[in-house]
Amino acid sequence: MTALSARRAAAAPPAPRRPRRLLPYLGIAIVGLYCLAPFYWMAISAFRRPEDQFDNSPLPTPWSLKNFTAVFRPDVGFERSLLNSLVVAGTTTALVLAIGICTAYALARLRFRGRYLVLGIVLATSMCPGISIVVPLLKLFTNLGLINTYQAMILPSLSFALPLAVWNLTVFFRQLPFELEQAAMCDGCTRGAAFRKIIIPLAAPGVFTTAIITFIAAWNEFIIALSMVNKKEMQTATVSISKFTGAYGFDQPFGTQMAAGVIVTVPLVIVVLICQRRIIAGLTAGGVK
Amino acid sequence: MTTVTAEPKTTSTGTQRRKDAQRSGRLALVLLSPTVLVLGLVVGYPVISAIRESLYERGQGLDAEGFVVQGDKFVGLSHYRDIFSGPASTAFWNAFWNTSFFTVTTVVIETVLGVAMALVMHQAFRGRGLVRASILVPWAIPTAVSGLLWRWVFQADGVANAVIGRQVLWTTEGFHAKVAVIIADTWKTAPFIGLLVLAGLQLIPREVYEAARVDGAGAWKAFWRITLPLVKPVLLVAVLFRMLDVLRMFDLPFVLIGARKESVETLSMLAWDEATNLRYGAAAAYATILFLYVAVVAYAFVKLLGADILGQVREQGRSRPDRRERRRRAVVPREVTA
Repeated sequence: MTALSARRAAAAPPAPRRPRRLLPYLGIAIVGLYCLAPFYWMAISAFRRPEDQFDNSPLPTPWSLKNFTAVFRPDVGFERSLLNSLVVAGTTTALVLAIGICTAYALARLRFRGRYLVLGIVLATSMCPGISIVVPLLKLFTNLGLINTYQAMILPSLSFALPLAVWNLTVFFRQLPFELEQAAMCDGCTRGAAFRKIIIPLAAPGVFTTAIITFIAAWNEFIIALSMVNKKEMQTATVSISKFTGAYGFDQPFGTQMAAGVIVTVPLVIVVLICQRRIIAGLTAGGVK
Repeated sequence: MTTVTAEPKTTSTGTQRRKDAQRSGRLALVLLSPTVLVLGLVVGYPVISAIRESLYERGQGLDAEGFVVQGDKFVGLSHYRDIFSGPASTAFWNAFWNTSFFTVTTVVIETVLGVAMALVMHQAFRGRGLVRASILVPWAIPTAVSGLLWRWVFQADGVANAVIGRQVLWTTEGFHAKVAVIIADTWKTAPFIGLLVLAGLQLIPREVYEAARVDGAGAWKAFWRITLPLVKPVLLVAVLFRMLDVLRMFDLPFVLIGARKESVETLSMLAWDEATNLRYGAAAAYATILFLYVAVVAYAFVKLLGADILGQVREQGRSRPDRRERRRRAVVPREVTA
């Protein structure tokens, strides 16, 4: 408390009482502005008419949905891209959770030799650059005829999603009351049953958070989806947006791209805002203590 | 999951424990093998096969009778020779310096900004939830979309030029393209560092600051002597993760500026470009070099600065039977039976 006021005083020594109390709010406002202003600009640009796309007024005059209708023109095939993204990110998340829950449980609960080795391996793989995985797999999948399939996007996605999920889940599982599981085993549950009946329900919030974080990571993935697919129908949404072409050749259809960006981002932002607390807990647990 | 054998009731605790350990080991093996298998398949195999491929050339020459010969030809280290000192060296060193430049500049800027943001958020009593929510927005936006968003902002007649009142062609070749990438990357990830540092700040007990104040330390001194050392573990891990992330940067410069642009081409982009042109050998060599670069940086960082990445898990594992834990242990069963 005292240190806080001291620091605040140091930030604005000669100022009278009132501005001193306002200063943190000013800081907060700046941080908020910093984070939201570019996003705001994207959303606002999406609602302009294509004619006054290059208008720099803070609010569109008049508002228009033309950019959004342009996104869903049949020749763009954006619905299909959204579906592809959903399939790839959804399957990746489901697979990763199924595998990751087992592993994280073992890492968090069981005492066995090589525990830190496995954790280290999981962490090391998460640091592996995407391109080191994409290049060899691109060749392999080309030879196997797997290019332009969902598998070709889902399998490489496991490389970053699985370490992320295992790490998050391990940290979450460590915080669960171990005693409950022992109590269940005393009452005659096997370890597997104790895991299913006690740990899984208690771990649900952590699993849920991990699911969201993994889904967002897989949904935002770019380099794998860009490399493994060359057919328009199989593109994911992020790749599809980056490849939008204008009606007149070379001009980039920024309005349409901003509208598509809003469509891709707003669901994520809403989920993130609803589950804000959990996600922050998950992110900070994933990276640091 | 697969152990459905009934628990044998032994009276001797010693054998019980040994059997327990044995069963734990076996169960761990069963539970861990899918992850190890998958990681081996989607990470281990590609990395090793990239090393192998970098020694081969996609052979597509004509043989003596004029037939097209398909198949890989062993070329030894010639890709690496080309890259380090041969015809590909200009592009490689350019990409290498770009990657290193981006890593150093963005991580430094993001760390400073992130710490500042965390301090600001830590002081605010109201509006913290709101600002924490807004901090997640840049994180949730796909990098590709944020690349497009900044491309739009940095248009010749876009809002960035309108704000600074100058005409800069941000997305064309030149140093300004680097600046554009740095700004866009900083926007997306500085809040993330802020979030992590804030979590670290919240662990520092108030009493430490009070003691410092009693001893006559000013705010500035308190920051350097207390805040920074105490958030250092958190900050180091955050910086490490950011560094490794920037080293493999691909989508942001790719979308914001474009492919094959000398001023922003990173090692990932170079490798990708080679791969899409079916020069898998050279691409694999670039990918392997990047992999080694990342590994060396990570190793050096952990060794020199002592970033304890596993600390989170290890610490909690060690401090298991501490006081709080024991108290909880005593309380929980009662709650269960109640």
